[in-house]
Amino acid sequence: MPLFQARVQVSLRPSVLDPAGEATRSAAARLGIDGVRRLRIGKAIEVELEAEDAATASRQLELLSDRLLANPVIENWQVELLEGVAQREETLP
Amino acid sequence: MTVGVVVFPGSNCDRDVRWALEGCLGGSIRFLWHEEHDLGGLDGVVIPGGFSYGDYLRCGAIARFSPVLDAVRDFAAAGGAVLGICNGFQILTEMGLLPGALTRNARLHFLCEATELTVEPGRCRWLQGYSTGECITLPIAHGEGRFQCDPAQLEELQSEGQVVLRYNDNPNGSVGDVAGLCNREGNVLGLMPHPERACDPRTGGIDGRRLLASLLA
Repeated sequence: MPLFQARVQVSLRPSVLDPAGEATRSAAARLGIDGVRRLRIGKAIEVELEAEDAATASRQLELLSDRLLANPVIENWQVELLEGVAQREETLP
Repeated sequence: MTVGVVVFPGSNCDRDVRWALEGCLGGSIRFLWHEEHDLGGLDGVVIPGGFSYGDYLRCGAIARFSPVLDAVRDFAAAGGAVLGICNGFQILTEMGLLPGALTRNARLHFLCEATELTVEPGRCRWLQGYSTGECITLPIAHGEGRFQCDPAQLEELQSEGQVVLRYNDNPNGSVGDVAGLCNREGNVLGLMPHPERACDPRTGGIDGRRLLASLLA
């Protein structure tokens, strides 16, 4: 079965306060970079998934993102199925 | 009467709940390891505080998929009394048994202090020992207790009488001062404060007693 590589981007919904992002923004000012107007912290999750085809992989990644990787009450998510289908590398001894 | 107390890898208030229910209130409990399914013979279930599965990904996100919570979901659907304290409240929202979500405190501090709360018991089974508008003091201990939901949802929760515990001096930035929520049926309660730490007079107060005693009556 082919192995697909994907990156799931999870970000806080714009209406949700991000205290960690705000704290980081104030540290940027202490570093001397005063121009940071907005800084929001999310997650990037790298996934390798075996599936029959790209459509199945996409569907499973969407389910994974919506039900586990993100909490849609406070977070948005975006799945990026990376270019090129990676073949499983059976190189381990 | 026997109450089940769920134990995840990373739970750390399970024994406090036991002391409150057995040592202070004379009830009996059974610990439920997270891989168990059998809730037979239980009159209620408590999901205690702590850091289930290390709180990886999000607080409560991994716990939600544990076998014991499948059983708790059925138990709640059949009208069983379910209480989620702190991490337990986070888990109940992740499971969808209660609406909204709990996220980082507005000022980033881990808060460990006594808080004043106003109780609006409504039809919440766990709070029938309190009067409407009663002011009580319970400890909080959390870094991610800021309740979040959209304004329409909050309005609905308020009009349905589901906001059963409110902070008098909102310490974490929760919308609507929400400290505790009940489901519509009244059998599932989630709250960030720790009633089990307010049952033994030696720890400073006993305002949590009536909440936990509601199961043992």
